[in-house]
Amino acid sequence: MAAGVATWMPFARAAAVGWLPLAQKTMPKPPVDKKSRSDEILFVNVSGLRFQTWKNTLDRYPDTLLGSSEKEFFYNEETQEYFFDRDPEMFRHILNFFRTGKLHYPRHECIQAFEEELAFYGIIPEIIGDCCMEEYRDRKKENQERLAEDTEAENAGDAPLPPDATLRERLWRAFENPHTSTMALVFYYVTGFFIAVSVIANVVETVPCRPIKGSIKDLPCGEKFSVAFSCLDTACVLIFSFEYLMRLYAAPSRCDFARSVMSVIDVVAILPFYIGLVMPENEEVSGAFVTLRVFRVFRIFKFSRHSQGLRILGCTLQACASELGFLLFSLTMAVIIFATVMFYAEKGTKGTTFSSIPASFWYTIVTMTTLGYGDMVPDSIAGKIFGSICSLSGVLVIALPVPVIVSNFARIYHQNQRADKMRAQQKVRQARIRMAKKGATNAFLQHKEDGGLQDGDGDSTPLCVKNRSAFEHQHHHLLHCLEKTTNHEFTDEVTYSEVCVTDSVGFRTSRSTSLSSQQGATTTCCSRRAKRRAFRLANSTVSVSRGSVQELDTLHVTKTPAGTQYPQSRSSLNARTENLKLNCDDYTAAIISIPTPPANTPDESLPNSPAIPGILRNSRSSTFNTQETVKISSL
Amino acid sequence: MGAVVGTLTMGERTKGERRRPSRDKIDDDFELSIVCHRPEGLDKLEAQTNFSKQELQVLYRGFKNECPSGVVNEDTFKQIYAQFFPHGDASTYAHYLFNAFDSAHSGSIKFEGFIMALSTLLRGSVREKLTWTFNLYDINRDGYINKEEMTDIVSAIYDMMGKYTYPALKTDTPKQHVDAFFQKMDKNRDGVVTLDEFILSCQEDENIMRSLQLFKNVI
Repeated sequence: MAAGVATWMPFARAAAVGWLPLAQKTMPKPPVDKKSRSDEILFVNVSGLRFQTWKNTLDRYPDTLLGSSEKEFFYNEETQEYFFDRDPEMFRHILNFFRTGKLHYPRHECIQAFEEELAFYGIIPEIIGDCCMEEYRDRKKENQERLAEDTEAENAGDAPLPPDATLRERLWRAFENPHTSTMALVFYYVTGFFIAVSVIANVVETVPCRPIKGSIKDLPCGEKFSVAFSCLDTACVLIFSFEYLMRLYAAPSRCDFARSVMSVIDVVAILPFYIGLVMPENEEVSGAFVTLRVFRVFRIFKFSRHSQGLRILGCTLQACASELGFLLFSLTMAVIIFATVMFYAEKGTKGTTFSSIPASFWYTIVTMTTLGYGDMVPDSIAGKIFGSICSLSGVLVIALPVPVIVSNFARIYHQNQRADKMRAQQKVRQARIRMAKKGATNAFLQHKEDGGLQDGDGDSTPLCVKNRSAFEHQHHHLLHCLEKTTNHEFTDEVTYSEVCVTDSVGFRTSRSTSLSSQQGATTTCCSRRAKRRAFRLANSTVSVSRGSVQELDTLHVTKTPAGTQYPQSRSSLNARTENLKLNCDDYTAAIISIPTPPANTPDESLPNSPAIPGILRNSRSSTFNTQETVKISSL
Repeated sequence: MGAVVGTLTMGERTKGERRRPSRDKIDDDFELSIVCHRPEGLDKLEAQTNFSKQELQVLYRGFKNECPSGVVNEDTFKQIYAQFFPHGDASTYAHYLFNAFDSAHSGSIKFEGFIMALSTLLRGSVREKLTWTFNLYDINRDGYINKEEMTDIVSAIYDMMGKYTYPALKTDTPKQHVDAFFQKMDKNRDGVVTLDEFILSCQEDENIMRSLQLFKNVI
C-alpha cells in the first residue's frame, strides 16, 4: 500500500462502525494482534552510523525490507540493533523516505549506487518524488546510453571471428572494421587515397593550363593532358567498382546493402564512367554526358565511410528536416509576395529587368538576404520604395527569425521530446505503481482463495495462508466487513466478465460465435453502474471459447476465485447456489438435466431436482441466477 | 553576426520573463499554505477522550506526519480513504464520513475532531456509537433519516465495492437494501427513522450488538 496509509488504518476501521446497522450479515472477527501495540524506538546501525526511529515509521511501508519481517535477519542480539553493512550516506535518504513518504534522489550520488541501495531495501525507484524524478531519469538515461555505447564499441570492433567463418564473413568484417586486420587497413587507406586522387583530378582538370605550342587560348588541363587524366579516371573507377562488387559479395544481406545510402553513393560515383563507355561519341548526347560528369563529385561523399563527423552531420540534417522545411516555406511565402509586388511596380518601366514574376524571385532573394548583387535594380519610384521595404523586411524576415526559429524549434523540439518522454514515462510509472497497488487488491482476492477468511477458529489458520503483515490482516478484515455489509463479494475483472457473458448468453439462443458480439452483450448487460472504475488486469480479454461441446449432463465447476470456500456458511440455500459459478471456458452445454453438486459446497440442503432451472427459480429473486444456467448450445 | 547576438540576448530575455510570473504565483501559494493548527494539551485530550497518553501520542505522531499543517481537508480525506478501497469509488462515502467527523462543519478536520470521533467509535458506549452512526446517516442533520438520505448512503457504500463484484450489482440493489433497512428500523412506519427508533431497533438486533464489540482493539 502506498504512503502513510498505515497511519490511517485505525480510523478507516473505526469508520466501519458506520456500516454495522446496514450490514445484512454478521461482521467477521477482527484479526488478533499478537504483538503489543505500543510504539518503540528501533536502533538501526548502518556501517557504524546509528539511526533511531519509531517502529511505526518503518511499519508504514510493509513491502520494503525495513517494514517487513525481513529486517529480523539483520538483527544483532548482542547490541539490540539492526545492523546493515551498507552505505550510511544513502541510508539517510532511504530513512527519509520512510519518515516523509517522499523519496528524493541525491544529485551528487552515482545513479547505479543509488539504484542498488533501493533494490536492497526493497523500494521501487518509481516512487521518487516529482521534484527529483526528471533528474533521476535523465541521469539514468545518460548512464544507460553510455554503457550501451561502451558495450557496442566493445562488441562491434575487436572480438575475434569464430575460426570457421566463411570468406564472406571475413571479407565483410574487413570492410566494416578496417582495424581488425592489416590487409583491411591497407585496403581502407588505399581506397581513401584514390578517392582523394579522383576528387583532386576532377578539380584540377578544369584549371586552365598553359596552352600548347601554337595556340593562344588557355586550355583546361583536362584537355591538355587528356590521356593522363583519363587514365587516372579509369584507374579510380576500376578500383571503386572492384570495391563495390566486393562489398556487394560480402554483404550479409545484399538487398539491404544495395539500398543503403553508401552503396547508392558508390553507384552514382562510378556510373558516369560506364555510361560514357556505353554511349557513342554523339554530339547531341555528349551534352548530357557532360552533365553526368558532375556526378563524379559525389565521390567526395565516399569519404563519409572514413569520417565519423560527416556521418553525424548527415544525421543531424536528417533530424532537422521538418524545421528546415518550415523555414523554407516561410521564406517562399515572403519571396512570392515581394516578387509579385516588385514585378507590378516595375511593369511600367521600359527595358526593365523584371521581366516576369519568376525573374523577380532572383531580385527578392538577393535583396532579402542582403546580398544585393545589383544585376537587377528597380527604376520606378514605386519600385524603389517597395525595393527598400523589401530589403528592410529582408533583415526582419530572414536574418532575425532564422536564428530564433532555429533556437525556438530546438527548444520546442526538446520540450516536446521531453513531454512525450515524460508522458511515456508517466504512463509506465503509473502502470508500475498500479501494478503494486493491484498487488494489494489482488492480495485480498488471493487471500480469499487461500481460504483465509474462515471464521471458524482463529487459531488454526490454513497452511496455505501466506504470511502477511498486521497491516494486511487489518486491511483484509476491513474489506471483508464491507463485503458482509453489502452482501456482495469482490471479484476480479476476468471472473466478472465471464459471469456476465454467461449471464447474457443464457438469454440468447443465437448461434453467433463472434467474440465481438459476446463482448457487446457483456457491455450492455454489465454496464449498469454509472461510474466505471475500470480495473484492468493484465489479460482483460474475455476468453470464452465456444469450440468445445461438452456433454449435456455434466457441469464442470472449476475452482472459482471467490465464494467457494465458506464451509462455515450458515446462509440459506439461496446464497449457496451461487456457488454454481460456471467457468465459461469449459461450458457450452445445452440445458442441464442433472445438477452435479460442486465438489466443495458443503450445503447438503441442495435438493436433487431434475432441472437446474427449477432449483434456481426457488432461489433468490434475482433473475441473474436463472439466466446463469439456462444455456443453449450455440454450436 | 548581429543576428546571432540578437538571438542570444532575446533568448535570455524570454527566459527571464517566463520565470517572473511563475515566481509570483509560487509566492501567493506559499502564503496560503502556512495555516497551521496545534491541538490542545495532551492532558486535556486524555481527559476528554477514552485514550491513554501513549495511544494519543502514537495517534498524533501519525496524524502530524501525514498532515504537517495539523488539519485534514476534504480532498486529502477522500484520497486517504480511497486508498483503502482501490476496487471502487470511495469518494462519495468519504464525503459523508468527512461531514460526520467534521462536526463543527468547518471544512477541515483537526486532530481534536479526529480523536473525539475515534474515541466514540472505538471506546464509546453502545449508545454513543449508535448516535454517531445516526449522525452519519442523517445527512442534513434534521434529526430524521428519510429514505433519500439512506439511499444516498447505501449507494455510496455500494460504490466502494466497485464494478467487479459477485454477484453483479444491479441498479436496484441499494434500493432493496434501503427497503430492508427501513423495514427493520422504522417502527411506526412513518417513513423516517428517528434516533430513538434507530437505537431501539439496533439494540434488538443481536448481530449488530455483537459486531459493535468487535472494534474495541483497533488501536
